[in-house]
Amino acid sequence: MTTKVMQLPEEEYMLPGTRACSGCGLSLAYRHILKALGEKTILTIPACCLTVLHGLYPSTSVRLTNINTAFATTAASATGIAAGLKALGKTDYTVVGIAGDGGTFDIGIQALSAAAERNTDFLYICYDNEGYMNTGTQRSSATPMGAFTTTTPGTKLEHKKDILAIMEAHGIPYMASASPAYPLDLYDKVVKAKNIQGTRFMHINIPCPPGWGYPTDDLVKLGKLAVDTAMWVLLEIENGVLRLTGRSRSMARSGKKKPVSQYLQLQGRFKHITPEQIDYLQDWTDKRWQRFLQRHELSGTA
Amino acid sequence: MSKVQIINGNETAAMGAKLCRVQVIAAYPITPQSKIPETLIKYVESGELEAEFIRVESEHSALTVCISASTVGARVFTATAANGLAYMHEQLHWAAGARLPIVMALANRGLGAPWTIFNDMQDSISQRDTGWMQVYCRDNQEIMDSIIMAYKICEQLHVPMMVCFDGFVLSHTVMPVEIPDQKQVDAFLPPYVPHLQVDGPDPININPVMLADPRANAQGVSCPSYMGFRMRLQETLESAGDVILNVGREFGEVFGRSYECLLWEYRTEGADTILLTMGSLANEASLAVDALREKGWKAGAVALRVFRPFPAATLRQALSDAKHVVIFDKNISYGNEGATCTETKAALFEGGLRPTITNYIVGLGGKSVVAADLEAATIKAVEQKGQVSTPQWIGVAV
Repeated sequence: MTTKVMQLPEEEYMLPGTRACSGCGLSLAYRHILKALGEKTILTIPACCLTVLHGLYPSTSVRLTNINTAFATTAASATGIAAGLKALGKTDYTVVGIAGDGGTFDIGIQALSAAAERNTDFLYICYDNEGYMNTGTQRSSATPMGAFTTTTPGTKLEHKKDILAIMEAHGIPYMASASPAYPLDLYDKVVKAKNIQGTRFMHINIPCPPGWGYPTDDLVKLGKLAVDTAMWVLLEIENGVLRLTGRSRSMARSGKKKPVSQYLQLQGRFKHITPEQIDYLQDWTDKRWQRFLQRHELSGTA
Repeated sequence: MSKVQIINGNETAAMGAKLCRVQVIAAYPITPQSKIPETLIKYVESGELEAEFIRVESEHSALTVCISASTVGARVFTATAANGLAYMHEQLHWAAGARLPIVMALANRGLGAPWTIFNDMQDSISQRDTGWMQVYCRDNQEIMDSIIMAYKICEQLHVPMMVCFDGFVLSHTVMPVEIPDQKQVDAFLPPYVPHLQVDGPDPININPVMLADPRANAQGVSCPSYMGFRMRLQETLESAGDVILNVGREFGEVFGRSYECLLWEYRTEGADTILLTMGSLANEASLAVDALREKGWKAGAVALRVFRPFPAATLRQALSDAKHVVIFDKNISYGNEGATCTETKAALFEGGLRPTITNYIVGLGGKSVVAADLEAATIKAVEQKGQVSTPQWIGVAV
């Protein structure tokens, strides 16, 4: 059953005064992630937007211990934390690695694959703003087709890398896809993941005002459209069984889905997308949605 | 009750780590060190060593696992060589800057390109700027003893150390090694106390972004800048010599072999010609000195035991009566000369000493270099009166 907003813990682990941008999807997601994780958590964060959010020495806006680490290393750093704590008999901590799409899909993928293959006992959260936003909007392999970035000025020609398929190939016990536009669904997934042993992976859609080009107060509107168009899908995969959750699940029941153009045309980064690319993306999204529906049907929870 | 075993350098290094009761090991195989992780995993799986052994996918991850495990308070160990060390490079800087007492066994091997699997010191010498302490072993006994001492030194100073030994020459050569008694090692090594508590009452943001100037915290107290933290690392290394000597002396008192020195001297009394080396080459240098002395030369040998922090004052002292210093480097800083040569010249300059200095580049990629080579090179160096200022290479005739 989905937690209701009045049931969320009151404790704030993310204080006002973070260095995140106005309208940052990450700050909305992070606030709820940390509420779900609670006290006995050790974080490890690579060089990325979240490092900046955590603040400049000697002040920090986050009330949980964080071990900053090099860009490529999130999953290896988490592995070391888990191993060290285990060796010391300190078994009541949740070890959480949180990285952006750059640190997950690209430079960090080797360490992540290795940790997942070993079924390292930790939670890995990828906050995906679909580009190297901390360094000024260069493309990552998570950048969707058709998007402008400083290194794809003529729009990105390749599809977004399918990180869920890659992580599924590792046979890990739990994976989920979530959005800060649906914070209660996100919260519940983090709580669930926290209580599972082995490698848990979460993939979160993070709208980014400077990177995507939208008015800062449209964060939630945009996040909801991503899900309404099925360009982002809320789901869980537990021991290989996929089920849709929240809004995506309702969409599966109702059969209603908004056209991708409604989502794309609100963002400056898609200013130069061609009608052919939009049609292609609509077709690609439809087919992908169908595959999710088929798997969801088999979950027995449809 | 200690006993002697005939073991190679790799087995020695693994056994040293076991005696130090390391708690987390992350090491990736690379020739000529692969036997180290293999031996350690045998100890772990048999229960002889209670440790978490992480089968990482790369050296970069191996050092990262050590960094975060050490941060949370576990005693850690890794081992590598050559390109593996190079792959760790950014994390070497990280480990030292993060002030972590990580101990690494380093089986010296040359770097590609082109490929070599054999010995030279380019790998560790290339990392001398990172803030890691470096010791070089002449034989397998020194590997064992240096690893044990390393934990005591590192955990006092909160600085990491690499214990270097020549790949194949020592890693694969069996020698008698006296194995220290476990109880004695336990008494010698106090438990590791990290300088930050991750599970303390207040959460902490470890190694965050820092600015160039000191900044006040929420209580108005001025906190150091990036440069301030980096200066502290240097200050620690500048005073590390005393700690290294004290631990070396204490080791002698407990185990019977003293390391109360930063360099080794062989027949340097009254010597006017000194052969300077590091690592296993020191053994050949001693033989060369004997041969030269037979011929009536007043020759002696100095071998650096500690390369970082560089023992400038001690080296000046050892070379103060030398008219000729012949420096054999199993490495070269391309575009200049061998690293030991440069650093020795700098040390001598400080003391206003001006012996002739001749630099030989030897043994790269495992090229054999023996006492006769060192002897001949020394004779040549003195004939040249030190007037050849660029490095000369031994053993490259096609």
